[in-house]
Amino acid sequence: MLRKAGGIEAMKLLPQFFHSSLGKKYIMAITGLGMLAFVAVHLTGNLQIFLGPEVLDAYAHGLHRAEELLWVIRVCLLVFIGLHISMAVVLTLGNRAARPIPYERSRLPGASHAARTMIWSGSMVAVFVAYHLLHHSAKAQVSLTGHDFATFQTTLADGTTCHDVFRMVVAGFSQPVVSVFYIVGVGLLCHHLSHGIEAAFQSLGLRNRVWDAAVRKLASGAAWLLFVGYASIPVAVACGYGREALN
Amino acid sequence: MHLSLRVWRQKSASAFGRFETYEARNVSADMSLLEMLDEVNEDLIASGGEPIAFDSDCREGICGACSVVIDGVPHGSRHGTTACQLHLRHFKDGDTITLEPWRARPFPVIKDLVVDRHAFDRIIQAGGYVSVKTGGAPDGNAIPIPKTDVDRAMDAAVCIGCGACVAACKNASAMLFVASKVSHLSLLPQGRVERERRVLAMVRAMDDAGFGACTVTGSCEAVCPKNIRIDVIARMNREYGRALLKAGFVE
Repeated sequence: MLRKAGGIEAMKLLPQFFHSSLGKKYIMAITGLGMLAFVAVHLTGNLQIFLGPEVLDAYAHGLHRAEELLWVIRVCLLVFIGLHISMAVVLTLGNRAARPIPYERSRLPGASHAARTMIWSGSMVAVFVAYHLLHHSAKAQVSLTGHDFATFQTTLADGTTCHDVFRMVVAGFSQPVVSVFYIVGVGLLCHHLSHGIEAAFQSLGLRNRVWDAAVRKLASGAAWLLFVGYASIPVAVACGYGREALN
Repeated sequence: MHLSLRVWRQKSASAFGRFETYEARNVSADMSLLEMLDEVNEDLIASGGEPIAFDSDCREGICGACSVVIDGVPHGSRHGTTACQLHLRHFKDGDTITLEPWRARPFPVIKDLVVDRHAFDRIIQAGGYVSVKTGGAPDGNAIPIPKTDVDRAMDAAVCIGCGACVAACKNASAMLFVASKVSHLSLLPQGRVERERRVLAMVRAMDDAGFGACTVTGSCEAVCPKNIRIDVIARMNREYGRALLKAGFVE
């Protein structure tokens, strides 16, 4: 009986999975949680700025010595981003098409702001990520800071010369425009996550009445924790942290 | 009391519709919203007008026929109440009430406030049943079922199929309806036998009908007149994943 489960041959399960709304939501949830894991690990790296320039620069240099591993992570993230965005576009178009005539009065009872605006917060986060990569990874001259980040060099304790990440971060966040833009960017990301984490658990079926409150708290708690962690760095620089590195 | 009504009027499925304004004068606060519409229709008929078409049947909140969006909320903003059980005492004298039909591509308007909900029937036909050989009625206690399973199944089985979840959802998603049926039947031993086939077939019928996807906003559970919670949707997502894995690996 199961071979023709719901009229589908077992061979056609994968197309059925991608075709169905539930399958697309599974993909949104899995890729979203994958990117969330990256965002969390990225923060643990960033927060090493508070351990001083030597620790941060050595960490960054160490990361780039494991270039093969970095490329595996980059390719995975690119696949995740591609799937997450393409599924979001397909689903949103389908959702819009499902209500061709809008209500005269529309109230969306029960829906939080984050839940109603996922496609917009997600789009803005995508723009922010593109800027962020140009700014810090490609070190392009779009930084509004007047510094050429590619020329920042430092010498580690073991004598090797490497990119001075600490000075780059302090120089970047010394510009109020850059800091504000960054805080708004991570704020949008965390707004997106405050609903996204909860929805991912729901889409994967990992939620029931017993765990409901815990999942909600986990989602908003994780979103706030990430926001405070990421925003603490520009705030610290604005308060004068690390200024001596610029001289 | 006196109420002003802005009502969606549409002659037929293919006609253009628009809002018309009507006055409900000297209506009692103890009337339900639908009884008020009956009064307005009496006046319309007496003056040679076309009465407002709307769905209703039992008028005691258990059949799922009534389907009116009241001031932007399906069945109105009173929690756990169908439009037929919504009484005028919950409005203020002199209020203007906007009445619209369910809005969803799979629910085309037939006339005024009446929509075609056959899409739900097609989903049920796809798998919302239990296949049994007919014969003598089985003994009521022949199959023991744990109390917690019965309770959870009944929490989903209260769905009356009105479609308010679709009407409220920003994506016009039918997930709460389909998940209620899937949860109800998969929790009970009689329905568990066909659980994989059922969830795959019902989800496919739901997608084919053109309903949107779930974005977990919770609007459906906020308007459900039977207070069904979205944990049934999580259960359906779980059932779906389980069915795909089982169909792919076990067979």
